[in-house]
Amino acid sequence: MGKVIVVTSGKGGVGKTTSTAALGAALAQRGEKVAVVDFDVGLRNLDLVMGAERRVVYDIVNVIQGDAKLPQALIRDKRLENLFLLPASQTRDKDALTPEGVEIVMNDLKRYFDWIVCDSPAGIERGATLAMRHADVAVVVTNPEVSSVRDSDRIIGLLDAKTAKAERGERIEKHLLLTRYDAVRAERGDMLKVEDVLDILSIPLIGIIPESTDVLRASNLGSPVTLADARSAPAMAYFDAVRRLTGEPLPITIPGEKRGIFGKIFGRKAA
Amino acid sequence: MTKVLTDARSIRIKGRSFLAVVLTPEAPLDDWIVQLDDLAARSAGFFLGRPVVLDVADLDIDRKGLTELIEQLGERNVRIMGIEGARPSQVGPNMPPLMKGGRPAADVDVTEEEAPKVDLRNAPEPEADRPKAAAETRAVTQSIVINEPIRSGQSVIFPEGDVTVIGSVASGAEVIAGGSIHIYGTLRGRAMAGSLGNAQARIFCTKLEAELIAIDGIYKMAEDMDQDFNGRPVQLWLEGDIIMAETLI
Ligand SMILES: Nc1ncnc2c1ncn2[C@@H]1O[C@H](COP(=O)(O)OP(=O)(O)O)[C@@H](O)[C@H]1O
Ligand SMILES: [Mg+2]
Repeated sequence: MGKVIVVTSGKGGVGKTTSTAALGAALAQRGEKVAVVDFDVGLRNLDLVMGAERRVVYDIVNVIQGDAKLPQALIRDKRLENLFLLPASQTRDKDALTPEGVEIVMNDLKRYFDWIVCDSPAGIERGATLAMRHADVAVVVTNPEVSSVRDSDRIIGLLDAKTAKAERGERIEKHLLLTRYDAVRAERGDMLKVEDVLDILSIPLIGIIPESTDVLRASNLGSPVTLADARSAPAMAYFDAVRRLTGEPLPITIPGEKRGIFGKIFGRKAA
Repeated sequence: MTKVLTDARSIRIKGRSFLAVVLTPEAPLDDWIVQLDDLAARSAGFFLGRPVVLDVADLDIDRKGLTELIEQLGERNVRIMGIEGARPSQVGPNMPPLMKGGRPAADVDVTEEEAPKVDLRNAPEPEADRPKAAAETRAVTQSIVINEPIRSGQSVIFPEGDVTVIGSVASGAEVIAGGSIHIYGTLRGRAMAGSLGNAQARIFCTKLEAELIAIDGIYKMAEDMDQDFNGRPVQLWLEGDIIMAETLI
């Protein structure tokens, strides 16, 4: 049975879609069978970042409503044969997603794939709660900035209350992915310090993705950054994040600083 | 309209008692829900606008079951304001608060005898309104311990006693206690102790970065607080109408 990851944040524009594509591709680059699923019905982006927008025939809403079978809606990546996209519908609104329908689709996906990575819409409403509903693991995407941190905190509360796992009395695994980290602005003190973000959110950190034009360049090419330029700084940070996600105790360094913060982060009690 | 305030910064939050309807579900719950639907069909709107307390003392139910029951009632527009007779293990931070010390009142007649047992009781009385003797013979102070951080948007409301949080209270989160509040972590949100009128209540935290603190209705916003206490382990208490603070070593 596959594992379901939700990539979530509360706030928009922090890098959820970018991270879903990069983490999904990075897992597939390790040979795992991966599906990335777009839950942002009405504002879909994942197809663009994956470079599959011209190949979308059916979407998740069609599958839920019985107009298409799951294999018909899944789009195989042109570069990696074990990476698939289940697109969202652009023309419908998010009420087209029903809890029962989503459950059936997720259960089917878990039978065929090792990993299912769900790109959550912004907000705390239906779309976001449905995206997290069946997750085993959450990647909370946060920018080092107060409003993003507070929204992430709110989302962590929902992960502990509204997911199927939480309702069964189990704990959903939560990881922090700090994105759009700008070493120059951090140096000037214009951003929250990594340590302060960790102190506030108190969940384990799986990576710090630097702010980089490589990300923009990759998405303009219609490619996850890990596929577009595997040697770039953001790609390497995503590869490392995947290794930590799968349990490797890899030390973390803050971009622009030489000192590792491994001890500090892993010594902390995870919530 | 003119408002005269002696001190623009001190607002009193007062206690008040309301008659609450107490629902006592009985196993099997499915049958009980059917009876409830039957009652609702016959006296439409009975629960609308009434404070409803759920008495689960005699019900063998776990946290998940209780969550489902509250949801089922919610679907029937029965909003639960508090839970009576539950063990702390049965309730979570997203549930209505535990209530104790309700005093029986006359049963409410809901027309037909097949109706589920519904009786009216007093909701918990504010400390201040009770006769002195009663307060002195009262059993041990109630308390709850929460073993995880309180996240933004969550509120913990425990009118009957002390709240201890092992973890931080986030910006945009709140803890409201009838008694004292103990936070083994950073207090970034709001803490309101002695909320039903208890000037003896105190607030303790490992690190003070609060947005608002209140004791017995007297409150202080972040900007009114002495910056010397910021980020330090602090206890806060009330002397008259003034909130006092002191660092803990
Ligand atoms: N590490 C990064 N460096 C530079 N730009 C980034 C980075 N991550 C995301 N972006 C850009 O930020 C914008 C929002 O990202 P996106 O992934 O769509 O966020 P979300 O899905 O959370 O709304 C996009 O234009 C994206 O290219
Ligand atoms: Mg997005």
